[in-house]
Amino acid sequence: MKLDPNARYAETHEWARQEDDLIVCGITDHAQEELSDVVYVELPEVGQSLDKGEVFGVIESVKAASDLYMPMGGEIVETNDALEDSPEIVNEDPYGEGWMIKFKPSDPGEWDDLLSPEAYEQSVASGV
Amino acid sequence: MTETLKRTNLYQWHVDHGGRMVPFAGWEMPVQYPTGPIEEHHTTRRAAGLFDIDHMGQMDVRGPQAEAFVNQLITYDVRQMKLFDAHYALMCYADGGTVDDLFVYKLPDRSGAEDRPYFFLAVNASNREKDVAWVQAHAGDFDVEVRDLSDETYMLAFQGPKAPEIMNRLTHVDLEAVPRFTAVTDTIFEDVPVLLGRTGYTGEDGFELFFPAEHALKVWEGILKEGEPEGVKPIGLAARDSLRFEPCMPLYGHELTADITPVEARLSFAVSFDKDFIGRDALLKQKLEGPDYLLVGFEMVDRGVPRHGYEVLHDGMDVGDVTTGMFSPTTGRYLGLAYVPREISALDTEIEIVIRNKPKRAKIVKRPFYVPAYRR
Repeated sequence: MKLDPNARYAETHEWARQEDDLIVCGITDHAQEELSDVVYVELPEVGQSLDKGEVFGVIESVKAASDLYMPMGGEIVETNDALEDSPEIVNEDPYGEGWMIKFKPSDPGEWDDLLSPEAYEQSVASGV
Repeated sequence: MTETLKRTNLYQWHVDHGGRMVPFAGWEMPVQYPTGPIEEHHTTRRAAGLFDIDHMGQMDVRGPQAEAFVNQLITYDVRQMKLFDAHYALMCYADGGTVDDLFVYKLPDRSGAEDRPYFFLAVNASNREKDVAWVQAHAGDFDVEVRDLSDETYMLAFQGPKAPEIMNRLTHVDLEAVPRFTAVTDTIFEDVPVLLGRTGYTGEDGFELFFPAEHALKVWEGILKEGEPEGVKPIGLAARDSLRFEPCMPLYGHELTADITPVEARLSFAVSFDKDFIGRDALLKQKLEGPDYLLVGFEMVDRGVPRHGYEVLHDGMDVGDVTTGMFSPTTGRYLGLAYVPREISALDTEIEIVIRNKPKRAKIVKRPFYVPAYRR
């Protein structure tokens, strides 16, 4: 499983990274591997405000649809339009080109509640 | 709740090669290998893929009245088949609903005093017990013997444009002389007696192989090795589903059920109305009057992935259900199959598919989505 050392993680398999005063978010390498081939990603409207843990979108693989959860609360400022035509980017580059949303966090302190790369790896290894 | 899942003789091979094992029709089968279902799909369309489908069932029917018996049991007229022909057919209930769909092989029975045909049936895994019981229950008045051969028979499918030339390197008989929808018997890998049907469930050229189950690993690894230069790969159930979906081949439990007839499913090519069989009167009536519901193909206009069980709307009214839907790897489109009332089954009719409680626009399009290679 690949990890981004600069990111923090949610137990629901999203990663979050700080970019100036924004948070970039996508799904982890472990998650894309479990899902297998991604065929569709549905992302929120820009301007929408969502709480931590709220569903911000849906990812569909060949066999199933799964919800995507906000790792922190915030207002969506940008979504990755490239995923509309090429959802497979999520499989190819989950921490880079496969990012999903950028949001302005409503409570930057929620960052501290997220898992470190080591803690996330451990939570996956302990068999979630 | 806990049910013991059956495993094929290749179970350990699948696990050792990264197969992701899932429950399917009472079996633990590989849904995909590490390269993923979309790549497996393309491999089969462009080169060739090998499928472990030993979960499927097989029966044979022998005896002086085998032909008469099989003929009143299945929709297709087996009297018009020549020896070594293979044909798609269905078994129906008296009301026309479908017991199962199957492939029937007409083969020479040399066990009797004189040559006469016997029939070999390949049926769905999910229906195996039901089918055997159904066939045996109707055998009463006929001088026939029905055997369930599923345990001792191994079944593989080898499908794709490169499959014939690769298989031809492994057989004694020249497979160029074995046309589509016929079969041949041979011995491969020195001592494996095999029945090779030039049939399949992918829309590609290729074969379905039947041979004694103890040879599973030898045949499986032998074909993979022989096909290595051409890029042959093992293919899981997810790609098997997308490969059968694009040419719009039905899957029992989806496009066919006890409540759906072959006429509604647009499978009349496999129904011989001019002979008697169980369900014939109901099917003929439906054919002449026109069925209330028909299977249609549709394409999403709005973005979204249609899936089995999703509601179909027309002018805001619930008119039917999606039977199969997915992203189609070959066409790059989001496509589906659904049953809708005949009045709204015309091409270009606008419908909506309810995806996560939101109606998304779709329109009825031509089937099949992918024309099988052997029909081009």
